[in-house]
Amino acid sequence: MNEDDNAYESLAAAHGGEERWAFGTGFDDPLAGVEQAVPPGVDESVRCLKLGDDALVLSQRLAAWCGNAPELEDEMALANIALDLLGQARLLLTRAVTIEPALRPAAAPPSVPAEDAMAYFRDERCWRNVRLAELDDHLDFAACVARLAVLTIWRLGVLGTATASQDPVLAAIAAKAVIEGTYHREYATGWLIRLGDGTAESHDRMQRALDAAWPYVDELFADGDRKEFDAVLDAVLDAATLHRPGRTARAGVAGATGRDGVHTEAMGYLLAELQSVARAHPDATW
Amino acid sequence: MTVDAGWPLYEVFVRSKRGLNHVHVGSLHAADEQMALLNGRDLYTRRNEGVSIWVVRSDAITASSPDEKDSFFAPSGDKVYRHPTFYTIPDDVPHM
Repeated sequence: MNEDDNAYESLAAAHGGEERWAFGTGFDDPLAGVEQAVPPGVDESVRCLKLGDDALVLSQRLAAWCGNAPELEDEMALANIALDLLGQARLLLTRAVTIEPALRPAAAPPSVPAEDAMAYFRDERCWRNVRLAELDDHLDFAACVARLAVLTIWRLGVLGTATASQDPVLAAIAAKAVIEGTYHREYATGWLIRLGDGTAESHDRMQRALDAAWPYVDELFADGDRKEFDAVLDAVLDAATLHRPGRTARAGVAGATGRDGVHTEAMGYLLAELQSVARAHPDATW
Repeated sequence: MTVDAGWPLYEVFVRSKRGLNHVHVGSLHAADEQMALLNGRDLYTRRNEGVSIWVVRSDAITASSPDEKDSFFAPSGDKVYRHPTFYTIPDDVPHM
């Protein structure tokens, strides 16, 4: 068998014969050839921050499924999605700080890169993710699927809009993320349909999980239109034999929600787990 | 993690970027063909290996028996004349 026949050997060959490809050598840089300078008069820092925080917080929640998914294959799928989102978050948060250096938290030592400063040294009130991303799914697969389906349907639309950004870096990140997000949506809605249109037990649990997520859905549309989201979701719910929950939106605190830095109780625990090591050893390297 | 989900086993074949044919890379469990494709994508192409995936249920494969190894394969072991190595192949014939 020559290397053209073997997926793994040809991959190593494509990366200059380096056998270390498993650790990420030779991959494409999504920002290759993209103009890095911030165009005058264009400030997309807040949009980068919101998209980045949604991705990072959801990635952290999905990472908790490592070792806990109902099937080995789904464990890989959830980890892949988590890593895609983590990659998006790294680029987006780096871009947000490049545009607006004041976003960088003062608590971060100067040696820490911008993306790490934003992830590990930022207090809860400075996080702009939607609350649905931070909720604890308590490793209930139906809750994981409900949240993931809603967020991936929504995010694909948001990212599609961002591909037309005046900021070339944000547009390039969004173009990469749309491709990833298309798969994320297919995976999540596929499970929503399987569980909804499965057994009586799975249908019931899927509906309850969707009901539980529903009060946090309105918040997603503070910035934009939900027509496209509703059309996609209705088609999915129809295929899944689930009904659109009737529960009312969960109000923010004095009108303030996740986008304003006002989060649910779950967020503090999530950040503690995410940040405690980096904060205890701020100058640590590995 | 459940050890036995009762899901059938599928064999996965991936065609690499420069490869011309699909090569067996492993197997996985899935509830149906569509899920097997998604799982194959997640298990076997996450490091940028492939451009195409085939999946087939393992129980749909008919395999030769190890007991028949000699009668199946040994007779071809001494028939070097069956190799087309006595032809001169022009340089511009690809994939040979």
